[in-house]
Amino acid sequence: MASKNKIGQTLLNIIFVLLCIAAVAPFLLLLSSSLTDEETLLREGYNFIPTRFSLQSYEYLMGSAAKITKGYGITVLVTMVGTVAGMFMTILFAYPLSRRELPKRTFFSFFVFFTMLFNGGLVPTYMMWTQTFHIRNTIWALIIPGLLMNGFNIIMMRSYFNASIPNELIEAARMDGAGEYRVLFQVVIPLSKPMIATIGLMIGLRYWNDWTNSLYYVTDESLYSIQAILNTMISNIQFLSSGQAAGSAYSAANLPSVGIRMAIAVIGIIPILCIYPFFQKYFVKGIVVGGVKG
Amino acid sequence: MTDTLTKMQKKGGMKGKTKTSLALISMMLPGMIYLVINNYIPMAGLVVAFKSFDYSKGIWGSGWAGLGNFTYLFKTQDAFNIVRNTLLYNVVFILLGNMLAITVAVMLNFLRGQVNKKVYQTLILIPYLISMVVVSYIVYGFLSMDNGFLNKLIETFGGTAVSWYTQPKYWPFILTLVHLWSGFGYSSIVYYATVIGIDSSLYEAASIDGANVWEQVWHITLPGLRMTIITLVLMAMGRMFYSDFGLFYQVPMRSGLLSGATDTIDVFVYKALTQLNDVGRASAAGLLQSVLGFFMVLTANLIVRKVDSDSALF
Repeated sequence: MASKNKIGQTLLNIIFVLLCIAAVAPFLLLLSSSLTDEETLLREGYNFIPTRFSLQSYEYLMGSAAKITKGYGITVLVTMVGTVAGMFMTILFAYPLSRRELPKRTFFSFFVFFTMLFNGGLVPTYMMWTQTFHIRNTIWALIIPGLLMNGFNIIMMRSYFNASIPNELIEAARMDGAGEYRVLFQVVIPLSKPMIATIGLMIGLRYWNDWTNSLYYVTDESLYSIQAILNTMISNIQFLSSGQAAGSAYSAANLPSVGIRMAIAVIGIIPILCIYPFFQKYFVKGIVVGGVKG
Repeated sequence: MTDTLTKMQKKGGMKGKTKTSLALISMMLPGMIYLVINNYIPMAGLVVAFKSFDYSKGIWGSGWAGLGNFTYLFKTQDAFNIVRNTLLYNVVFILLGNMLAITVAVMLNFLRGQVNKKVYQTLILIPYLISMVVVSYIVYGFLSMDNGFLNKLIETFGGTAVSWYTQPKYWPFILTLVHLWSGFGYSSIVYYATVIGIDSSLYEAASIDGANVWEQVWHITLPGLRMTIITLVLMAMGRMFYSDFGLFYQVPMRSGLLSGATDTIDVFVYKALTQLNDVGRASAAGLLQSVLGFFMVLTANLIVRKVDSDSALF
């Protein structure tokens, strides 16, 4: 029985190692290709092992492409501003919803909830942002539409406040003369750090990875984030390989070489992969809380 | 005397109450404004589907088109194609995705040792963290006609390179694989959270009674997961008319030759709006998606509530 168990455990471990390889190996293809010499890439194709190691793709990115640095700057700025603003708005909205003193609480809850059931979709959204708010080619286009706040996060935050902040604590603080804002910022928020971290990470991840807002609203290259740069490069690759470019002035010379493409993709994901292990706990928590209800 | 005192207290209480209400409502103001603009105005804007839209006149100024946009949409082959693709991909994704996730979650539960468990959980979640744009680069690394890993592999073994980005027949498989790859870690962890909640003494009792691993999974784990499975599947069915825009738009690298096999409603709406400049059909398809999606969620929720009222969204 014991030996059978041991075999079972070994088998399970082997399966999981394989699953992990399946999950991670594709990134190695990306990384290894970005570290391979251009000629070798053209001859042997993308590979999991850099047969001829070279940093030329990264050197090129460092040296001549101010676009990339700018893109990084935009991504970082948008992620920071968006995450901080989004967290404040989510907390400020979720906290009153968790309080019994809020008048018309059912109405406000439904107001949030309905946005999770029904939405206008792309066409009216696009027209409103572009025609009413003239958001096209402004930095706001990357921050405001869609990403700032959403129903799921509000509901998640509210449930956490409901479940984890004892009402007596709030009452006690109010007895001591604290106003509602002071109660929130000095009592409730310090007690909710794990959930706030979780929601902050979820919002931050969405900002970092977002390419749709720039796809819809940004054509000005000076506002391109890393994701937007990657996104336009795809169009160009497709344009070339579809043969439409044959004979035209547009040539492969305008495109980053095969290795540099992969290098840009790598620098787009490195920050996420670097911070992820430290915040893994919060990500998992966010998934568990949001998964079933979300 | 006591009467006036209680009256005064009451009055003070009332005043305190309005003050509290005002403070609480003022906190919600930025969020309310955002939801009205970001979510509610576009809902009203759905009427554009019944208008013959003119950019110079805007949604409200444009003339009515009745059901013209819809009849035009259904006259073209696209309507059938995108609805079929959206629904079929969703069915396959829901079936395979949940099966894979449940299997992984159950295996994770039988695994011993804290460190390896944690490492596995960390690693399988990585694909979920990456944007679909980057994923499409990875897929391109495998499938590129000239430099792709897969074609070089095929050539090494004496085969001829396949032009993956021009042949629709491969794409249902490729997209399913990419979807499973990017999502399995996430959904496994959702299921795993339920699996670890199952009373472990049940397993001990069962193994004393001589039940083997399969019998334990069949009689303890799966029944324990029943509610989660039902809820997650029904909620996913509530989103049957939606699709992951990034997966269907980015991963096929916008190859026009693949669109019959890879365009979903979301991709069509985007393309019709921005590339074909066909606001009519885009808005008609968008409205159908919103309305059908709404009814699907309501129905799914109704069923969830019947089965397990705690898991219902409302």
